[in-house]
Amino acid sequence: MKKISKLYLALLFLFLYAPIFVLIVYSFNESKSKTVFSGFTFDWYIKLFNNELIMTSLGNTLLIAIVASVVSTILGTMAAIGFSKMRKLPRALMMNVNNIPIINPEIVTGVSLMLLFVFFAARMNFEFGMGTLLLAHITFDVPYVVLNVMPKLRQMNPHIYEAAQDLGCNPVKAFFKVVLPEIMPGVLSGFLMSFAYSLDDFVISYFTSGSNSQTLPITIYSMTRRKVSPEINALSTIIFIVVVTVLVVKNILEKRDMKKRNEEILVER
Amino acid sequence: MTKKISLVLAALLGFGAISACSDKLAEPTVNVSDKAYYEKFKEDGLSINVYNWGEYIADGSEDEMMNVNAEFEALTGIEVNYTTYATNEELYAKMKGGGADYDIIIPSDYMISRMIKEDMLKPLDYTKIPNAQYIMDSFKNATYDEGDKYSVPYTWGTVGIIYDKEAVTETDIDWDILWNEKYSGQILMFDNPRDAFAIAELILGYSLNTENPDELKKAADKLTQQKPLVQAYVMDEIFDKMGAQEAALAPYYAGDGVTLMKDYEHLGFVVPKSGTNRFVDAICIPKTSGKEDLAHMYINFLCEPEVALANAEYIGYSTPNSVAFENISDEIKNDGISYPDDEYLNNKTTVYKNLSDDANKLMQDLWTAMKSES
Amino acid sequence: MNENTHTHRSLLQKLIAAPYIVWMIVFIIVPLAMVAYFAMTTADGVFTLENIKDVWQYANIFVRSIWLAAIATVICLVIAYPAAYILSRTSASAQSTLLMLVMLPMWMNFLLRTYAWMTILGNNGLINSFLGLFGIDSIKMLNTQGAVVLGMVYNYLPYMILPLYTVMMKIDKSVLEAAHDLGCNGAKTLFKVVMPLSIPGITSGITMVFVPAISTFIISRMLGGGSQLLIGDLIEMQFLGNSYNPNLGSAISLVLMVIVLIIMTVMNQFDAGDDKVLM
Repeated sequence: MKKISKLYLALLFLFLYAPIFVLIVYSFNESKSKTVFSGFTFDWYIKLFNNELIMTSLGNTLLIAIVASVVSTILGTMAAIGFSKMRKLPRALMMNVNNIPIINPEIVTGVSLMLLFVFFAARMNFEFGMGTLLLAHITFDVPYVVLNVMPKLRQMNPHIYEAAQDLGCNPVKAFFKVVLPEIMPGVLSGFLMSFAYSLDDFVISYFTSGSNSQTLPITIYSMTRRKVSPEINALSTIIFIVVVTVLVVKNILEKRDMKKRNEEILVER
Repeated sequence: MTKKISLVLAALLGFGAISACSDKLAEPTVNVSDKAYYEKFKEDGLSINVYNWGEYIADGSEDEMMNVNAEFEALTGIEVNYTTYATNEELYAKMKGGGADYDIIIPSDYMISRMIKEDMLKPLDYTKIPNAQYIMDSFKNATYDEGDKYSVPYTWGTVGIIYDKEAVTETDIDWDILWNEKYSGQILMFDNPRDAFAIAELILGYSLNTENPDELKKAADKLTQQKPLVQAYVMDEIFDKMGAQEAALAPYYAGDGVTLMKDYEHLGFVVPKSGTNRFVDAICIPKTSGKEDLAHMYINFLCEPEVALANAEYIGYSTPNSVAFENISDEIKNDGISYPDDEYLNNKTTVYKNLSDDANKLMQDLWTAMKSES
Repeated sequence: MNENTHTHRSLLQKLIAAPYIVWMIVFIIVPLAMVAYFAMTTADGVFTLENIKDVWQYANIFVRSIWLAAIATVICLVIAYPAAYILSRTSASAQSTLLMLVMLPMWMNFLLRTYAWMTILGNNGLINSFLGLFGIDSIKMLNTQGAVVLGMVYNYLPYMILPLYTVMMKIDKSVLEAAHDLGCNGAKTLFKVVMPLSIPGITSGITMVFVPAISTFIISRMLGGGSQLLIGDLIEMQFLGNSYNPNLGSAISLVLMVIVLIIMTVMNQFDAGDDKVLM
């Protein structure tokens, strides 16, 4: 049984990783061919870093992901606190609206926002660009923050906030001193999730970006529709390495955290 | 936990930091006629948005090749935001409903007519495009834009068939080969209605500008018949697919045929004897552009003989620029692909005209229906 | 402490949600209303039901999308179920690593992942080159419906594994031991105990795979050769593609939304209580 399990997982991972390794291998291929490996080279990496379009889109992507996730985290945390104080019915209504962007097909969200922006762009004299992208990203990011913060608020003892206020904290101070530390894990995972979604989003950005605000996924898309250069493989490899590093580091830290916590528990006992 | 986030950010930003180096030029290397004209806005930190076809400008991707946009930036100090589209119809959709603000677009003849008709283009000011003098007379005052009020020709060419010499044995290749069952699964087809319909219309003997609903429907039937043989409907993807011998036949633009033949020995290109479409792609300024001066400057730059030559040599399309044409090698001039003889051009080629709204709508609907069939 | 400060507090707490409520109205409700408006008007803004009727012309695309997405979902379920079960039964330290390995490909942009399959499946691609070594003729894999389904399975498989894994983790080991003690063998435990307990995971996995699969618009273009149009492609064509018609595009989007809503409602019927598994 154990062996079959291992074999099964091995096959699963082969399926999941084979395409990625193909990209990595061909990023070092001397010829442009996708089928013949003719020799080893780093040229595509050099070309990649010299490719202004890719680099600007990378900059755009990072900027949008950072700003959108920060704004979403603030907006979403505030909203979650407000929602949690509502009575059941209005809260359910709010949560349902909040969930629309998550449930709705991405393409419909993208198209609907595009219609909205087109309508206002004509009347308020603004253009598609970083602004519209940012609005769109915040719109699909906040729901994840709300969903991550809500359960933490529910677990929290509602009286400690009131107690803090009764002990002389003003509401703002009480929030930062008492509530925020309690819900912090939810806030942070909401932030990370919205950051990740923003980084990776293609469909919604495709419909809401302008002429000078291409994000990396959009650039990748237009690259796949032209003569494909192995630069795209080099880019995949770098993204893969960054992702692996981040996840491995995260994993190690988590494990260390867990160990420490276990030790603390032991000490307390 | 905060540590984790800062690590994530650090890793990502580290990746971004490498991006500091780029292919910006310190000094322009191109020779231009009137340097002062280009340096008017040099210190103003301006930018323009250029929307062009994919693979349609010399981009410095090979040694010794000019990077046209980088040259323009170095010369004028104006930053170029360059993005690409794959078909005229995509460009139209993006202009109509995308809310994007382009300063330069390069549609084909029939699309220019349509955009003029729908009041989407800005009239040009030729005092700001002195280099328009290099445009050959035969390209002036074309039917799609009488009086050249809205457009300056960028390239021209014909449509032909790219074929794999190892797989295709016929010597006499004409449009009907794209319906030959022998090549089932080996055929790539245009992924835009106008060019695809044109091929069906050529075979059926209709005008390429027919507005007759019956003829359009029969052309659509012809395309539906072809569908089981077609491997994929593509545009610039043909570069890779034909290059890697994924397919054996593909109708495409002559300029790209030339490029492909240069890159791959196993590929050939033929302009069918029975006739074809001749197109002109011309540079226009959309009505919505707020940067007319810069846009005119960009047009003028593209008309610089040296720039036009660099573009013609890299993208392989035929040039309407007289000085650039003189400098093109005889080998290319006489290969019968980029510059077919006048007899063929006059008798066997048709320029697309903008169709009536009804015909356009019908063609679009028929096209979607054809594509959706299984 | 008097009543007044209490109402004051709760009002403040409600107000804190106000910015996002406004945001939801402007960027969620209004845009959807605009989709509905466009779907029911002509290009000149006159009320019509023609667009909605026209959607019927493309019924075959809807059928194809639903069919391919359903196949992909079933394949995902079949592959993911044992995987999630195995994962949930491994040691805690191995689990976090394995889980990370499952999620890692999701972090790569899906365009890149899909693009990679083009290299593998092509007529001269890796699989066919490999088969060629043994003298086997090349098999047409790219630009088929099979390739589109493969692309869906590949891209959305982790969305099936994760919710299944989450519910299976929650199943108490003692329940399984009890089943064993009561004479259930491995298979019987799986069917009698694990299956029923994992239904919430199955339903949320199904929605998480089916919804993106039915509305994808790149996978079919890259792997299906543009001849296997799906609903997503059809919508994209009407807005930014070759047949500009935002009114028809909106009508199609509206119908797609209704389909998704129906599926969600059906799936919710299977869900026991509010024990939902999100992510």
